[in-house]
Amino acid sequence: MHRRSLLAGAAALPAAALPTAALAQPANARVLKFVPQANLTSLDPIWTTANVTRNHAWLVYDVLYGMDARFQPQPQMAAGHTVEDEGRVWTFTLRDGLRFHDGEPVRATDCVASLRRWMKRNPNGQKIEPLVDELVALDDRRLRFRLKRAFPRLLASLANPSNPAAFIMPERIARTDPFQQIRETVGSGPFRFLPREYNSGSFVAYERNPDYQPVSSGAVSLTAGPKVAHFDRIEWHIITDAATAAAALQAGEIDWYEQPPPEIQQLFRRNRQIVVEPIDILPNPAILRFNHLHPPFNDRKIRQALLPAVDQTDYMTAIVGPDPAGFSSMGIFTPGTPLANDAGMGALLGPRSIDRSKALLKEAGYANQPIRLIGPTDILAPAALTQVAVDMFRKLEVNLDFVLTDWGSVIQRRASREPVEKGGWSTFLTAFSSFEFADPAGNFPLRGNGAAAWFGWPTIPRLEELRDAWFDAPDIEAQQRLAREIQLTALDEVPYIPVGAYLSMTSLRRNLSGRVPGFALFWNLKRS
Amino acid sequence: MFAYAVRRVLATIPVMAIVALFVFSLLYIAPGDPAAVIAGDQATPQDVERIRASLGLDRPFLIRFGEWVWNILNGDMGVSIFTNLPVTTMIQQRIEPTVSLMVLTLCLAVSIAVPMGVIAAWKQGSWIDRAVMGFAVLGFSVPVFVVGYVLAYIFALELDWLPVQGYTAFREGFFPWLENLILPSIALGGVYIALIARITRATMLEVLQQDYIRTARAKGAGQRNILFLHALKNAAVPIVTVIGIGIALLIGGAVVTESVFAIPGLGRLTVDAILRRDYPVIQGVVLLFSFVYVLVNLLIDLAYTLFDPRIRY
Repeated sequence: MHRRSLLAGAAALPAAALPTAALAQPANARVLKFVPQANLTSLDPIWTTANVTRNHAWLVYDVLYGMDARFQPQPQMAAGHTVEDEGRVWTFTLRDGLRFHDGEPVRATDCVASLRRWMKRNPNGQKIEPLVDELVALDDRRLRFRLKRAFPRLLASLANPSNPAAFIMPERIARTDPFQQIRETVGSGPFRFLPREYNSGSFVAYERNPDYQPVSSGAVSLTAGPKVAHFDRIEWHIITDAATAAAALQAGEIDWYEQPPPEIQQLFRRNRQIVVEPIDILPNPAILRFNHLHPPFNDRKIRQALLPAVDQTDYMTAIVGPDPAGFSSMGIFTPGTPLANDAGMGALLGPRSIDRSKALLKEAGYANQPIRLIGPTDILAPAALTQVAVDMFRKLEVNLDFVLTDWGSVIQRRASREPVEKGGWSTFLTAFSSFEFADPAGNFPLRGNGAAAWFGWPTIPRLEELRDAWFDAPDIEAQQRLAREIQLTALDEVPYIPVGAYLSMTSLRRNLSGRVPGFALFWNLKRS
Repeated sequence: MFAYAVRRVLATIPVMAIVALFVFSLLYIAPGDPAAVIAGDQATPQDVERIRASLGLDRPFLIRFGEWVWNILNGDMGVSIFTNLPVTTMIQQRIEPTVSLMVLTLCLAVSIAVPMGVIAAWKQGSWIDRAVMGFAVLGFSVPVFVVGYVLAYIFALELDWLPVQGYTAFREGFFPWLENLILPSIALGGVYIALIARITRATMLEVLQQDYIRTARAKGAGQRNILFLHALKNAAVPIVTVIGIGIALLIGGAVVTESVFAIPGLGRLTVDAILRRDYPVIQGVVLLFSFVYVLVNLLIDLAYTLFDPRIRY
């Protein structure tokens, strides 16, 4: 054999290990260039709940259980589990051959430390933590939860794709205080984060994890199923200016623009090389939130009086335009999810009438108290919602004072519990991701636990009782029954008014295929 | 002159101290809370409080300011609240694109604007003069981002000659570096060219009326010698002053240009940090910009001696 043939053969060996899909493409075709919705400022998905950090985390980390699009947990890192002692003891077994990106094997102790950190920050986890008698590693591959009482939603909680997800990190990293940021990014997911190339505000890079073993069975669906990486390298280009990102996608400098604004979507629809489609099949809920501590919205009758004035179509049109395919009406839970229901929806979908609201306000004794609406100008959905609300309040001829600032100022101001005269607020509008409103665990504005509740601080004990009962519900039928009751209570007590749900659109080059609907997920995606 | 330079460098210390106090106070009283931004939309007030405490944002103003100044004196600009990276590292990552953009814009602007102004003064009242003045008005009137979008549309999208966005480091080759910077430099340079061209023209017109110019003409000096050797050198002091003042204009313009062309420079770092209320980064970058501005002014003052031998320090 000639020396040159030998060297060429040796160089080809690592390539032989690559999947066929990767081999079929030239080198630059195996790089995916992506523009995320925002800058990746923090790398710790437990410390912050920012969606962009969640998307980063799904590249790098893996979870014990994934969630499919029908909200069913499916094994990922776990080979399986057993349940004993009437649902009080859960034992999970890890799949064979799992490795972190630093080469270390994934052990049960890593999972225990990661879950302990996760329980401090995830709403499901916070519910589980006080029930835990023992969470231990039995050996390198098995961990056990021993609970004080049965918690039927344990598996669903571990599979939760957001808020944050129960990502598994090496024990040394997972021991970090959950209110402090981790200093290393080491996961066991399908892509490896490249810290040397990270330039916050500009560039993030990942490379395919050659040691990653996708689960061997199941269908690809949301965060469940085999996660096959078809790209050798993923690059995130942070482009804050929408017009620049749009031009870059049109010129083919990037492959995928995660969240183009509606006016840019119109432009893309005329370009045959670009596909515009919903990033998720589920829509994002939006709400009008009240401050329950001070007049006038500390009065249930006054909150109820606004219901006939809220036309969800107006609010949604302001965000996504007039095409009804882009939005849907909603109650308390995200449309299309198992708990979405029609109980009491007449309050939101019956005839809309400003005059009726005016009459109800008068009847409720509204005495022209000042109403301060706070809202941003720099975040698309809340800014558009706020403008519609300003118009609605003006038509209602209330004593309106609206304060428009940047989002950073809004989220600081909404933390104020002072009355309007002392710089407080009366109402604001915001939007959530579809998963957050899929159940009472993630739906923070639904909480009625007073001072400890989400901004607005409603005290509605009945909602808390129903929420607790939902956590303990043994099956989906019982959960759905409780969801109807929750919705009826919420539309009567009005902790907030749902103003509709809209589809978030994404744009990518037509030569990409296999994108997994949900959010920006990078496995299964390939270039044709 | 050396003693003067040393005195001026020492004078920057109180200036920087005042800037530091001003920036820190301004951020302290400005609305916004990084803990709330970090905690996200779903966070409870308790979560926000815990994060605020973990970041030390609940401590009194004087303690935080004293700590920050002490760290600065020890060469530590702090750590970004969001990225957990040292501010110095973040500045190092971003400094090259901004310096590249500013230097290229400066070279481009001076090499275009000064001859434009000289020729306009020489041909006062002609169509050339009117064209130069017309361009100057245009340069002042059209915002940088509009020029940027138009250039990107024509040269990147339609003609496909240059990239739409991004930055290539100088170490990866001169031409890739230039390719990414040429459109941003032209966009950013527009207003700067207009400013320098107008000042050059006005100053040259004044100088060209002087007796020594008439003497030079009487001695039979050529037009080029009169314009560039006799007139321009005497007009240089105000032109150099405007170039120096214009550096501040460039810093401001770079913020917009870097956003339009997605250049990962200090301008974008500043805007991102302000929107997130990343206090250590804002403080570090503003301090750096102030220092650069003070330094540029010093260099301009020292440059006067090169053009006017009567100036002595």
